[in-house]
Amino acid sequence: MEHKAVELRNVSKVYPGVRALDKVDFEVGRGEVHCLVGQNGCGKSTMIKIISGVEQPEPESEIYIDGALMKHLNAEISMAKGVQVIYQDLSLFPNLTVMENIAYRATMGQKSPFIHWSLGAKIAKEALDMVGVDIDLHSTVGALSIAQQQLVEIAKALTGELSLLILDEPTASLTRKEVNALFMVIKELKEKGISTLFVSHKLNEVFEIAERVTVMRDGKKIGVYQPAELNRDKLVYLMTGSKEMYALPAPIADDAEIIVEARKLSKARNYKDISFTLRKGEILGITGLLGSGRTELALTLFGMNPQDSGDLYIEGEKVILNSNQKALKAGIGYVPEDRLTCGLVLNQSIRDNMTISTMRDYLSTLRLIDEKKRDEALENKVKELDIKIVSADAAVKTLSGGNAQKVVLSKWLLVHPKVLILDEPTIGIDVIAKNSIHTLIKSLAEEQGMSIIMISDEVAEVENNCHRIIVMSNGKVVCEFTPGEISEDELLARYNLA
Amino acid sequence: MFSSFGTSGGMGKLKRSLQGILRKSEFYLTIIFMIMVVLLSCVKSSFGTLENAFNILRSSTFIGICSIGVLVVLICAGTDISFTATATVAQYAMALMIIGRPGVPIVLVILLPVLIGMALGCFNALLLNWLKVPAIIICIAMLNAYYGAIQVASNGEWLYGFPEWFVRFPNILLIRFTNASGVEYGLSTLIVVWFAVALITSVILKFTKTGRNIYALGGNAIAATREGINVNRTRIFAFGYLGAIAGIGAIAQAMITQTSAPNALVGQEFDAVAAVVLGGASIIGGGGTVYGTILGVIFIAALKNGLTVLGVPSYWHQVFIGFALVISICVTATREKLAKQNAGGVTIED
Repeated sequence: MEHKAVELRNVSKVYPGVRALDKVDFEVGRGEVHCLVGQNGCGKSTMIKIISGVEQPEPESEIYIDGALMKHLNAEISMAKGVQVIYQDLSLFPNLTVMENIAYRATMGQKSPFIHWSLGAKIAKEALDMVGVDIDLHSTVGALSIAQQQLVEIAKALTGELSLLILDEPTASLTRKEVNALFMVIKELKEKGISTLFVSHKLNEVFEIAERVTVMRDGKKIGVYQPAELNRDKLVYLMTGSKEMYALPAPIADDAEIIVEARKLSKARNYKDISFTLRKGEILGITGLLGSGRTELALTLFGMNPQDSGDLYIEGEKVILNSNQKALKAGIGYVPEDRLTCGLVLNQSIRDNMTISTMRDYLSTLRLIDEKKRDEALENKVKELDIKIVSADAAVKTLSGGNAQKVVLSKWLLVHPKVLILDEPTIGIDVIAKNSIHTLIKSLAEEQGMSIIMISDEVAEVENNCHRIIVMSNGKVVCEFTPGEISEDELLARYNLA
Repeated sequence: MFSSFGTSGGMGKLKRSLQGILRKSEFYLTIIFMIMVVLLSCVKSSFGTLENAFNILRSSTFIGICSIGVLVVLICAGTDISFTATATVAQYAMALMIIGRPGVPIVLVILLPVLIGMALGCFNALLLNWLKVPAIIICIAMLNAYYGAIQVASNGEWLYGFPEWFVRFPNILLIRFTNASGVEYGLSTLIVVWFAVALITSVILKFTKTGRNIYALGGNAIAATREGINVNRTRIFAFGYLGAIAGIGAIAQAMITQTSAPNALVGQEFDAVAAVVLGGASIIGGGGTVYGTILGVIFIAALKNGLTVLGVPSYWHQVFIGFALVISICVTATREKLAKQNAGGVTIED
């Protein structure tokens, strides 16, 4: 009988105060493509760390690699046994070349203190060819795009002893073409008997590539399923215990005032000929793959990425937005994609984060900060958005993803923008908070007449929350439609969308 | 780092080398250096002579040698400015050993300061690994500790009276010339020692595993741990190497001045760091070449010499050097920024 690539029995892991893994049984077969899904904090990362030997599980846990019980497992042993992990933050040396990175382990393993670069070059070229990507071996890794770096990392994994390849959210920064290339590589590895453990929150990809899916929630294994027995709704329910709620936004009048008009916005290497209108109280969705120019366009609207040509009109008046200060003055707000680095100051308090953009509203007669006014604003927003906080003085980094995002939203709502741009507003947020934020967005549009642009790479999200949707691909608008006009399958086929 | 290891024929290799050279900041520094030399020579002809060049080189040997060690530590994202104190201790110990005792074998005389330097450097690294406090704090602490210790132990006494071979060695000229006044000048043995150290270091950095590990550690410390690089051991090597080199530099300096003083060397730390950074090394680690460092040392020395020859007061020298450094850092930073902008981006398909 063939041994399983990896098997975990009764594995638990306890960190101070939290049980990250609770008596989990898990296995990946030889040559199997297995997906691991679950919300943030469900224990996926911990499980990977244990399989790769970076963390040690509780004493009663048993780990088998290739049928052998591993009494002591550390990173070196795990690697020697053929387990390679490709982390989301990548383990590359940005100051060395592609070849030096790929061939690093191979050249380090030689006995002599001197490095044989010719051998290294050969190994690197073979690995890159196997991944099927064309990158100059001598370019410095730091100068490559994230997508290219990821592929270099995968090529690196292929140079060693490989029996189990673990990919931790590998497709976050890949375009459709590159995702396809990656899947081809995974399939080829499968032919060679190499197993792949694929951790992803992109459910459509899970359905595409997985032979079996393990679902985890709160440190426990919920179950192992065939993709055929699952659909998106069922999977979300298994992962979260709740259902995604859908309610289309209230319709707007045909003659509602046009708040934003973009005419032929173009910027080299960002986007070309972007034109659209946005009315008062309307929610416009922008979707498309990563690398389609969506965020670049959003930053242009927020003044941080001025266009090369084309005009922008706010409430009928032409505006030149060459700084985010100007955008703010024009009434535009922007909730960034990366809330942790661009939306919040993690070590500062919830109160400070929320009121940071509107400080001059809380000044007393002596131009000093009036804490009472600040607290008032804070309490209003906490109630309005249903933010779960223990104390307003606590650092914002102690909040969960959903609550932290609500703080970011509150900050922008206090500014009273006419136009609010939301870039991936519910990324990394659990379903209940997600529903809450969607309801909030819709009420902002309906009750306050705010014009909203929602950028998301989940078609379902824009379809269920927007009045109109535009699709971007390779820097251009390729399609504009209203929800329900085109089916999700057709969109997928036509534009290779998620 | 010239990584021209391509397998496609000679012309491809040549083209790639040329492209690689154009991208390096060392290339631009070389050009600017040559321009500066030409300009200064035009203004004062006594600047552009071979004799002057050899003088500049000889008087820069201490900083030149030490800068190479500083480069190695800087590449692995470390800093160690205590090397001048280390050199002082090493030098003083050596002086104590051989002054008045001409019979001490030469090998021992060389080995003692090198080993002392290595030991002190390794100690710094051990402290860094154990305490995990930022490197700069440890070096400042050790700088003061070693310096203070030597002041106390020596009582501030300057040592004289080195053996005859010690006096003779630095004056041996491997290539001789005679100037108009009949005085001989030429390639001193010390300059050869400096370049030998440079060559060996260059080989280690480019062609050995340890060298690669040093660059890797400076590039991404987390990835280095994941790749199985022993971070602690690599650091101990780098810091120990700097210490050993500081020992060599200490011997060279003692040979030039023919005295060992407890307070002569400390204070020059930033000259070395400035030279290394000017030569294109990244202050946060991960990049830098021996060639660039040597060029940086010579550039600063030549600039100082040129300013002196022009009659510019010595107070202004620091201003000029600071200026040169700022420009150099701006250029490097701008080039890195442009490189990042040109990477990635959206491919607009028509």
